[in-house]
Amino acid sequence: MSDRIARAFDHGKAFIPFITGGDTSLEVTRQLLIAMEEAGADLVEIGLPFSDPIAEGVVIQQANERALAAGCTTDKLFDVVKEARKTVEIPLVFLTYINPIFTYGKEKFMKRCVECGIDGLIVPDLPLEEKGEIQQVCREYGVSIISLIAPTSKERIKAIAQEAEGFIYVISSLGVTGVRKEITTDVAEMTDMVRQVTDVPCAVGFGISTPEQAEYMASVSDGAIVGSAIVRLVEQYGEECVPVVADYVRKMKGAVERA
Amino acid sequence: MNNGKFGIFGGQYVPETLMTAVHEVEQAYEKYKADPEFQAELDDLLKNYAGRPSLLYYAEKMTKDLNGAKIYIKREDLNHTGSHKINNVLGQVLLAKKMGKTRVIAETGAGQHGVATATAAALMDMECEIFMGKEDTDRQALNVFRMELLGAKVHAVTSGTMTLKDAVNETMREWTRRVDDTFYVLGSVMGPHPYPVIVRDFQKIVGEEIKEQLMEREGRLPDAVLACVGGGSNAMGAFYEFIPEVSVKLIGCEAAGLGVDTAQHAAAVEKGSVGVFHGMKSLFCQDQDGQIAPVYSISAGLDYPGIGPEHAYLAETGRASYVPVTDEEAVEAFEYLSRMEGIIPALESAHAVAYAKKIAPEMGKDQIIVVNLSGRGDKDVAAIARYRGVEIYE
Repeated sequence: MSDRIARAFDHGKAFIPFITGGDTSLEVTRQLLIAMEEAGADLVEIGLPFSDPIAEGVVIQQANERALAAGCTTDKLFDVVKEARKTVEIPLVFLTYINPIFTYGKEKFMKRCVECGIDGLIVPDLPLEEKGEIQQVCREYGVSIISLIAPTSKERIKAIAQEAEGFIYVISSLGVTGVRKEITTDVAEMTDMVRQVTDVPCAVGFGISTPEQAEYMASVSDGAIVGSAIVRLVEQYGEECVPVVADYVRKMKGAVERA
Repeated sequence: MNNGKFGIFGGQYVPETLMTAVHEVEQAYEKYKADPEFQAELDDLLKNYAGRPSLLYYAEKMTKDLNGAKIYIKREDLNHTGSHKINNVLGQVLLAKKMGKTRVIAETGAGQHGVATATAAALMDMECEIFMGKEDTDRQALNVFRMELLGAKVHAVTSGTMTLKDAVNETMREWTRRVDDTFYVLGSVMGPHPYPVIVRDFQKIVGEEIKEQLMEREGRLPDAVLACVGGGSNAMGAFYEFIPEVSVKLIGCEAAGLGVDTAQHAAAVEKGSVGVFHGMKSLFCQDQDGQIAPVYSISAGLDYPGIGPEHAYLAETGRASYVPVTDEEAVEAFEYLSRMEGIIPALESAHAVAYAKKIAPEMGKDQIIVVNLSGRGDKDVAAIARYRGVEIYE
């Protein structure tokens, strides 16, 4: 497991932004990684585009389509991460589906992760029951598999948390990713259950867009994850999005620090 | 079998949000499968509502015309709602009802599964929402209205390629949004375990009937059973009973669209590779980065980039073979069967008819082919007219 991920949570509550790799362009992705670190991001999730992202809402679905249409491939995204890694020191994880990993070749994929500085993988369609698909090879290469816990997980939480490494991604709401006005799930109950079993930090994602939501979610966990709200800024500002996203990250980091 | 694996294929690759629901379906199915009362209710529905058993028809004119193997046609097109889809849907909606669910959702390609689901939902008083690719709601407009008549809400899916694959994506997304009261009625032998098993079990009656009916007529097993394959539910239904009977060739007919040497096809066995998508490890049309390919077939029901995991296993072990059939061959077979036997097949099923036309003349007159005619072709008449350059208005 990656030491870098553990460090993201050692100095207070973490703010974790998500961007879709190659959205607008690979060059924008490289600049965003650098700018978000400077703005206070503690860890960045990079979406490795997939044609059929079934856990995503419309905003990130369209970002996947834009990235693929703009020519993003697995190899090109690895190259850009490697380039950004020359200066970026915070942990970086890929969020992608099992098929791009499987089809690229599991071993080759993990080897590239290590070479390019990808510390972990979030794979929404790889539940506990199927983790064996990549667990061995991830261990060999020291790439963490980030486990997800959903509002429906209930008695599964214990089993998932026991095996967790890096951090635990707590899904705040039913449904797919996307901005929500209100989050009604009792997230504190979920994080309490996790804490009974493991010390692995928990970060909450799905639906968060405002500083108030981020502050609250960070207060009942170890950090907040924001995806669609950032991807929307990238969509809106295109090539010009980097300073806008950086400002947003700074504001959200401030909010989680207040938690 | 563990976790629904067929060799390396199958599995449960779905988001954590759905795992509890998937397990709940699995446990309920295990319970009711062994429940005589459930089986009696389902048998009654199949007999008195769906019209089973369906006929096994001896296609005498076609046999004479092709001058080779004897051809029998399993008339799934004569079922209520016009296809084999009703077999599975009655089982799943009844199961949903027993589980206390009040709402069913389903994907549909050509609309046959959607119509069947809307029908069963009307019968069993369930709320029903159907997800259908925008391209398919356009080419199968009549089926959209049919579903609405039956009380279902139809969502036109505008993501991705706007066809069956995207309809499945959107139905899965909807299930994660609202999982407590909702049952996902999956239409084919695909998706996460237990669906490939459930759908196969509810469809295997097709092969069981073929065997019994043919034994009665001919006193023997067929030499080959042919069926079209998209996800593969009618094929699995027709094949399953015959898997242990190794003398019976099992042949799945995939959509080759404009040809397997073009990019415009949906032949997952012929041109696909192993991947993990829609909850299962199986064979998929995809690129080297694992991006799912935008497949094509004239028939909306076969326009799917993968195949059910048990088919992938049968293909790998060689127990069944899978052959490509082009749009042109399917359309010709559609017209051929209409004129020759007075039976208008679904465009999907016409793929199997086309392959029967191809192999029957090369077989002996003492040999027997059974073609599973999975659905009727009324829904495709306008599409065929367009294919032949005739503009008609429905």
